[in-house]
Amino acid sequence: MSEFSRFFWERRGEILALTGEHLLLVVAATALAVAIGVPLGVALTRRPGLARPVLGFANAVQAIPSLALFGFLIPVPWIGGIGARTAIVALVVYSLLPILRNTHAGILGVDPAVTEAASGIGMTRGERLRLVELPLAFPVVLAGVRIAVVVGVGLATIAAAIGAGGLGVLIYRGVATVDHRLILAGAIPAAAMALLFDFGLGALEKRVGPRS
Amino acid sequence: MTSPALEYVDVRKAFVPGRPVLDGFSLSVAQGETVALVGPSGCGKTTALKLANRLVDADGGAVWILGMASAEHDPVALRRRVGYVIQEGGLFPHWTVRENVEAVPRLLGWPERQRRARSEELLAMVGLPPAEFSERRPRGLSGGQRQRVGVARALAAGQPLVLMDEPFGALDPIARRAMQREFQSWRARLKAAVLLVTHDLREAFLLADRVAVLEGGRVRQVGSREELTRSPADSFVREFVAEFGS
Repeated sequence: MSEFSRFFWERRGEILALTGEHLLLVVAATALAVAIGVPLGVALTRRPGLARPVLGFANAVQAIPSLALFGFLIPVPWIGGIGARTAIVALVVYSLLPILRNTHAGILGVDPAVTEAASGIGMTRGERLRLVELPLAFPVVLAGVRIAVVVGVGLATIAAAIGAGGLGVLIYRGVATVDHRLILAGAIPAAAMALLFDFGLGALEKRVGPRS
Repeated sequence: MTSPALEYVDVRKAFVPGRPVLDGFSLSVAQGETVALVGPSGCGKTTALKLANRLVDADGGAVWILGMASAEHDPVALRRRVGYVIQEGGLFPHWTVRENVEAVPRLLGWPERQRRARSEELLAMVGLPPAEFSERRPRGLSGGQRQRVGVARALAAGQPLVLMDEPFGALDPIARRAMQREFQSWRARLKAAVLLVTHDLREAFLLADRVAVLEGGRVRQVGSREELTRSPADSFVREFVAEFGS
């Protein structure tokens, strides 16, 4: 074990750099997924006819195996190619569904008496959304973000296969050279990152909700 | 002669074509007057109420609100001038009591100091001492206390017209009695016209200057307790008053 610790310590610079890349992939993808998923989720509550097809489509995309999705994206012009950009696009696609679905469910879950009161006292639609619906839906949206982030940390390890960097680099290299130490040097920080996000966002979720 | 705060003239409204909820509905509420709208459930009471803040628009006839035809009112601006109290309060659960009461003044852009003074005045009026209640959230209040906050919210911007939809309907008998008693003194202080929807005829007689009996989409009769009891306009009113009025 001390031999393993030394191995780890000697590569701390690389491990740290790859952890940083990994984090960047996940954070960038989640931020984009929130920026797309929350407004889209809200829009779907205003157009119930579109909700089923759009959520169904997002569900179907989610079912595509991740490596296959990376493969599909590589030849696509503008967003494709080898590297982090393609990986981020794929991560956004996967993160979108939980955020979209939870935003939609969260807004629809607001007590109708409360939304009626909001309109009844003279809030515009925008004020109602900003002051009442989004704050009340926030714990549910946050739960979706939490799922998206945890799944994203896992998927980002696979993104190394298309040259996106991140901790997956160590895992793939370790597999290729049959070096367990190298595999663990990628796997342990990745697992820790997923657990930390899950714990941190879970704690935040407890603090903000549920409200009634 | 002053114009009524609210007047319905021959209003028709159907949510399903051919099955009007209101048909030939006429009623007027004078400034400072309280009128109760009573009738069996499904008779269109709530629809009539919602016409007065444009949550619903009429298909035919006219609704005059605060001296202007309803269609000429911008719905959002109108709703900030017309107080609205609904059953169970409809309070914003993520806001404190004070924030709930200050909701309309805040939408209207009142300065903080003025908002604060107003919310404290109203909370004191509805029997919730601000020092004790301002910073609490609706979750921590009893049903009666929540409804008091709802009333304070509806009056916070000095609304000249207040709409109440079964405001005391969800309360236990004791809280209900207390609110009914206090309602009189609030009304005297605020001088707002009130249209009150209730299924409880005794409550209507207790609180309102005049009571309108609604059935089949139109008002069968409007009058005081005495008028409705002594000279009912038709057999429906006679039986309704005889059954529920005492």
